[in-house]
Amino acid sequence: MAMLETKNLGISFGGLRAVDEFNLTVERGQLYGLIGPNGAGKTTVFNLLTGVYAPTTGGFFLEGKSLAGKTPLEINRCGIARTFQNIRLFKEMSVIDNVKVGLHNAANYSIFDGLFMLPRYAREEKELQTRARELLDVFGLDGERDYLASNLPYGKQRKLEIARALATSPKLLLLDEPAAGMNPQETAELMETICFVRDHFDMTILLIEHDMKLVSGICEQVTVLNFGTTLAQGQTAEVLADPRVVRAYLGE
Amino acid sequence: MQTFISTLIDGLSLGSLYALVALGYSMVYGIAKMLNFAHGDVIMVGIYVLFVALGAMGTSPLMLTIAALIMIVFCALLGFTIEKLAYKPLRAASPLSVLITAIGVSYLLQNLALLIFGSRQQKVPTYFHLGSIYIGGVQIELLSLLILAVTIVVMILLSIFINKTKLGSAMLAVSEDKGAAQLMGINVNATISLTFVIGSALAGVGALLYAAKMPWVGPYTGSVFGIKAFAAAVFGGIGSIPGAMIGGVLIGIIEAMMNVFLPDVLSNASDGFAYLVLIIMLVIKPTGLLGRKHVEKV
Amino acid sequence: MKTRLQRLLPLAGAALLYGVILLLMATKVLPRSYQQMLPTICTYIIMAVSLNLVVGFLGDLSLGHAAFYAVGAYVGGMILRYLTAIPFGVRVIVAIAAAAAVAFVIGGAFLYFVRKLHGDYLAIVTLAFGEFVRSIVKIIPGTGGSAGLTDIPTIAAGAFPIKYIKAFSWSYVIMVISIFLIVNLIRSRHGRAIMAVRDNSIAAASVGINVSRCRIVTFAIAALFAGIAGVLYAANTAAVNPADFDYNVSIEVLVMVVLGGMGNIGGSIIATIILVALPKVLLDAAQYRLLIYAIALIAMMMLNANPRFTAFKRRVSEKTSKFVKSLGRGRD
Repeated sequence: MAMLETKNLGISFGGLRAVDEFNLTVERGQLYGLIGPNGAGKTTVFNLLTGVYAPTTGGFFLEGKSLAGKTPLEINRCGIARTFQNIRLFKEMSVIDNVKVGLHNAANYSIFDGLFMLPRYAREEKELQTRARELLDVFGLDGERDYLASNLPYGKQRKLEIARALATSPKLLLLDEPAAGMNPQETAELMETICFVRDHFDMTILLIEHDMKLVSGICEQVTVLNFGTTLAQGQTAEVLADPRVVRAYLGE
Repeated sequence: MQTFISTLIDGLSLGSLYALVALGYSMVYGIAKMLNFAHGDVIMVGIYVLFVALGAMGTSPLMLTIAALIMIVFCALLGFTIEKLAYKPLRAASPLSVLITAIGVSYLLQNLALLIFGSRQQKVPTYFHLGSIYIGGVQIELLSLLILAVTIVVMILLSIFINKTKLGSAMLAVSEDKGAAQLMGINVNATISLTFVIGSALAGVGALLYAAKMPWVGPYTGSVFGIKAFAAAVFGGIGSIPGAMIGGVLIGIIEAMMNVFLPDVLSNASDGFAYLVLIIMLVIKPTGLLGRKHVEKV
Repeated sequence: MKTRLQRLLPLAGAALLYGVILLLMATKVLPRSYQQMLPTICTYIIMAVSLNLVVGFLGDLSLGHAAFYAVGAYVGGMILRYLTAIPFGVRVIVAIAAAAAVAFVIGGAFLYFVRKLHGDYLAIVTLAFGEFVRSIVKIIPGTGGSAGLTDIPTIAAGAFPIKYIKAFSWSYVIMVISIFLIVNLIRSRHGRAIMAVRDNSIAAASVGINVSRCRIVTFAIAALFAGIAGVLYAANTAAVNPADFDYNVSIEVLVMVVLGGMGNIGGSIIATIILVALPKVLLDAAQYRLLIYAIALIAMMMLNANPRFTAFKRRVSEKTSKFVKSLGRGRD
């Protein structure tokens, strides 16, 4: 069974069809790219997949389970986590606390346990600390764990967002322009990290990216969106060579 | 039935007062994206100015006209000053900071009034000597009709100003997108100032009519009235002139009806029920009847 | 991360402070007028710290915190006044438990009802709710109506300074427990969820935080502590009146929170002490008190909007946190 499958997924905003007849199948363990010119509807697809918007037509399935119409919260609990195009960290919290928020549902102790610092609270908090530091370590952020998230340099903020998303133990990770604003060296590093995450956490990853070097470098398959409709789909190298795709990006 | 109709008309005039004040909230909310908490207190200040001026000069038609003009200009200047001194420095601050500042300004005006005039309610001299007429056995106060008429005229003038003049379109542009408006050569700061001036002048007109209907003023007169007017603005739809009218009239009628028809046991808490109505209105229609829905972009 | 033992250290500090204050009271070094003020300070500290939970940590503005204070004062006051069959000591505990429970439920139910509202709109409905409660109290049987509830049995009995020592002692104990619990809440996973909602509610939902539930529970807990503060008020002053819980009280507490720093518990405590004591210290300034509050609110926001001031604040807070860390070295 496919990890993610969308069937005729679509949404319109007041008559404007932002995404139309969107079909996509991402297999388990795949690194899948979603590309297209600005305004093509890529982020809208992410917002549909994470429940920020409810689809007006069609649906989508995570390991066969229909998730259309569920809230962001429910969808996260079902196993989809994401990052945001415009970084959305918890700015006034420390780096490690950002990850611990992601681990919120990994702990079970109640408010009552916390209020009175009962043994269960202490035990689980210790575990959270260890797990959060392990995650930060993967992204080379452990040394900065006590910094305020907003004080991190841009590239590291993007990494922290990925770490936070991973903390929710998702089956599918959605990355919205992870390399935006990064220099070539940072991007190269990020590509390694993404591949590492895929292998190390046995993760399926769907990512939106404008940096073609990143897409052709790590994505096995891509889908090209243009004006809300699917322009091309398939093996990365073939799709990127497709004249229609080139035209969509460069114009006539 | 006759009580019902006269209460209805009373509510209608009260409601149009709310609508007038709601317009001030609505304009500022639409353009500066902030709740000008002090707006209601500007009305309070206006009534005090009227109280002092009429006390000193008497209520002859000429003096009344002069006093009213002084008061409205004073309100407009006050609004202008508040914006310049308190809100402008916070253009880039978080909404929470701006809101707290606005509460601070409101609190400042209230307590200045408290220091100057004391907590006792002061009686404003009667200045509109209008009687009432009878239509089909129902007594209708001419003052109610006057308030209604003034509100409608003001609304029409405001609509024309916003939709037909250059300054009006500048205001619409700023409310839509500050950055883009700036790029189009619109002076954003001046436009925001203008909005505060107009809104506060409307509060002045409101003060004139309010004190004619309810001639008592205390430091908290404006804030209570203002909060209800804001609820009216929200319910009708922020940025919508007819919306403010609908919201205001609705609150006015409900309040007038409650004052008359609430059982004696509950009438002690009639204030409380007015607030309850306000909460319910905000809860059932936070986006407003005629307003537009704003969704945060993800 | 601090161990549980380290987290208990402030309690030892609180006990020490209690001893010092007690000594000052018993020896009458602390004048009568100041002794009289101490229970009020304790009550307001609970109010400020609990409001900070909502304003500073959750990031929602409440202008109706006095509503829950009123609920606690009336529930507690009525229990103390009418349930005379129960021995006084037990009655006090029952009063606190009942007031806390009722305030918790009302706070949670209120936010459940208005959960769709945020920012300015929420501020308005909290304000309206505060006035609603204050007004509705008048028509509930047993509350004494507009005249208020009087002759509430009080803990403060005896001659000077015994009277004030009693009043202070129980207020202090309840205050310390309240602060301790609120701090623990903030440092738990639920506290992090609260701050996450404040910083970015969309991101919080995306990592599995139930934003609505989080807001409802936070409001309920803040209301619970305001309710407890209400019992302190009722039992210390022996009389409660609807006028004691007006808009001004909510604003006064908000000033304490803002002045002390939103999201800063220690700041709230210090600001409360200063603001309650100030009118006594500066007798001449008493009539300008509310005016000063208003100016303080505006000035704080102006300062916070000033980048140089925020940079300065950050430097200071980083230095203090480094210093505090150096005290507890070897852990983590």
